[in-house]
Amino acid sequence: MKSFNPRAIGLALLGPAIAIVASVLVTTLVIAAVGSSPGDFWSTMFDFPKPRSRVDIINQTAMIYTAAVAAAIGFRMGLFNIGLEGQYTLASYAAAAFAGGAYLSGFANVFVSLLIAIAVGAAWSAIAGILKTTRGVSEVISTIMLNSIAITLVGYLLNKYGVHEGNTVHTTRIDLVSGWTPFENRDGEIWTLVIIAILAGVGFWVLLNKTRFGFDLRASGQSETVAKASGVNPHRMIITAMALSGGVAGLIWMPALFGKATNFGLGTTFQAGLGFLGIAVALLGRNRPIGMLFGALLFAYLSVKSNDLTFATDVSPSIVQITQGVAVLAVVVAYEVVRRWRARLEQRVVSQELGTATEATA
Amino acid sequence: MTTTTTTPGPVTRVRNAARANWLFIALGAVAVVSLVRIVTDTNDLTSVGTIRAAIIATCPILMAGLGGLWAERAGVVNIGLEGQMVLGTWGAAFFTYHSGSPWVGILGAALLGMIGGLLHAIATVTFGVDHIVSGVAINLIGVGATTYLAEATFTDLEGGGPRQLIGLPTPTTIDRIPGISGSAADLADKHWFFISDVASFVAALTTKISLLSLVIFALVVASGWILWKTSFGLRLRSCGENPQAAETLGVNVYLYKYVAVLISGAMAGIGGGFLALVASSGFSTNQTNGRGYIGLAAMIFGNWRPGGLLAGALTFGYTDSLRLRDTHAVHSLLLLVAVALIAITVLRVVRRQIAGAVAMAVPGAALLVWFLSTDSVPRDFTSMTPYVTTLFVLALGTQRLRMPAADGRPYRKGSAG
Repeated sequence: MKSFNPRAIGLALLGPAIAIVASVLVTTLVIAAVGSSPGDFWSTMFDFPKPRSRVDIINQTAMIYTAAVAAAIGFRMGLFNIGLEGQYTLASYAAAAFAGGAYLSGFANVFVSLLIAIAVGAAWSAIAGILKTTRGVSEVISTIMLNSIAITLVGYLLNKYGVHEGNTVHTTRIDLVSGWTPFENRDGEIWTLVIIAILAGVGFWVLLNKTRFGFDLRASGQSETVAKASGVNPHRMIITAMALSGGVAGLIWMPALFGKATNFGLGTTFQAGLGFLGIAVALLGRNRPIGMLFGALLFAYLSVKSNDLTFATDVSPSIVQITQGVAVLAVVVAYEVVRRWRARLEQRVVSQELGTATEATA
Repeated sequence: MTTTTTTPGPVTRVRNAARANWLFIALGAVAVVSLVRIVTDTNDLTSVGTIRAAIIATCPILMAGLGGLWAERAGVVNIGLEGQMVLGTWGAAFFTYHSGSPWVGILGAALLGMIGGLLHAIATVTFGVDHIVSGVAINLIGVGATTYLAEATFTDLEGGGPRQLIGLPTPTTIDRIPGISGSAADLADKHWFFISDVASFVAALTTKISLLSLVIFALVVASGWILWKTSFGLRLRSCGENPQAAETLGVNVYLYKYVAVLISGAMAGIGGGFLALVASSGFSTNQTNGRGYIGLAAMIFGNWRPGGLLAGALTFGYTDSLRLRDTHAVHSLLLLVAVALIAITVLRVVRRQIAGAVAMAVPGAALLVWFLSTDSVPRDFTSMTPYVTTLFVLALGTQRLRMPAADGRPYRKGSAG
């Protein structure tokens, strides 16, 4: 970042470029293989989105981005928080149930509900942190188990305390926070709490680059032994990072709850799967605030635009899940290839400079 | 090391002792279950029907765990088992429908799982991508591809729909083995202590059991034999313990890792095939429902060994099947776990591990109170059982487990000094 180096920027963009080419190629091949028309598919996908879709894309981007920040907090320190899904499901339920209780009014209710979401998400993911530091259990396995437990637990709580309506169960309805309508009313509104994503992104950048905690976090991610030698308590770092990651995860669905959903219902109003999308986007954007923003926008665009496929083509919208998966796999492979290539380039430069230096002294 | 000759005596004796230990634990477990069954008067706890359901629930978990075993023994962590398994469900349905034979379908399931394994091998072995990252990506691709392929290929078929395909032929079922099935079932109906429980197990294994289940149990034995008794297996495991040393001995580490991960994917795929063809009435989207992860947990539970893996898979399979049965049986399960925890407490008190004893006594007592104060357990809590068990077992046992030394570590050709 010190000097403008076109080659460094070129190398940094090479990874994503390879990934996009690979995912486009694979998607096209899969569509052609089952006998549909890739041309129709791409022209529908590249069609400029209608106002309604544009609003949806922004709302979705915000939620996916928050999820990606949550994942990245763990990744930057070498922790795999695969449990985002469970953390935000449980936190969303708790916040929705509290908000539905209407113990407070107006913005106080919203604010306290958000705090509850953060607390529940943090507490649930801290379990994995504590298991790792005290009992040596890998966070990968424990968070996966906690996902399943959380989702079943929410199902039980909802059944017991929720509002039963026909075949569905949900929490008590709440008042929405009115958003911003950029187009006409029928095109929907951009939710107020989309601001959470912006705060999460900025907060993440400040935390990593401007605070001691952020430095310790990155140091622990790079080398645990070095971090320990410089006075970082690894156990405390692990629990704090897990709790922080889970706390942000708790906020993932909050924009939708107060923007449109009005209640929490499994399989109805609640949008599941954002946790896994967040992990994918964090990998895609290399855990960098700006990189993840592009990743979140891309994933949101693919998800929202794929709805148009049903009317315009015979390709099922689930095709974009393949595109997304291949993009993630291709990008991690491409980064690794670029990293090795760059290491080789640097070695060559160093050996050249050393060579001339020895010649000069000789 | 001053001598190069070692007598095989002590090693064999230790191994036999370990084997006897396993047998002892298994018999002890049956005895405890039997005791709880009689005390709580819930014969369904070990009825032939329950054991049969448990075997069906065990098989997919076992295959996923076996997939994990193959990969991790070669040093590759395979979180992508879930994705490979889900690809297997589609492969089984697709190939069974078009060939008319469920066995071709199982081969198709193995093939699809292997494709997932190949992706994982390319990413982790050739390109050195982090194993967890690659696995997460493969799970995304697996679920996405299966959903899409099912919609594209099953929608217009007879018995099919965008999210399912039913009415497929199933692998041969062995109805009964003359002489054994009948007498075992009779013995099981007597509800005697211990004997009837063992008889139940024998009856379930010999009556109305899918041939595929038996093939799966045979695959566990075969995997154990190949990995621990052949030179191929020794070389494969050396890649998981110390790839640099293996390389200096002339082992083609990349090749062995590829083979291991491909087999791993195939195993997970077959597990998916079992789910689609035997465990349910046909294919449906997202049928695996996290069983790939449970299989992985079963393998860790089993200390990266086939025997332990079998024990882990049976435990998870048993708890998984109980939730589909009598709620009263699940209620008795509370007493079972409470008794087990209190037994561990006593053991720890005897060994003077007071902190460990307290850690066991508290949940043990809580479960006992829960059992005595209620009549039934909500179904949701039962479906949580495998996951909670996994967490508990890992929290208690991780320190005693030993994974392959180079498991999950990146390795590059030529890195041996």
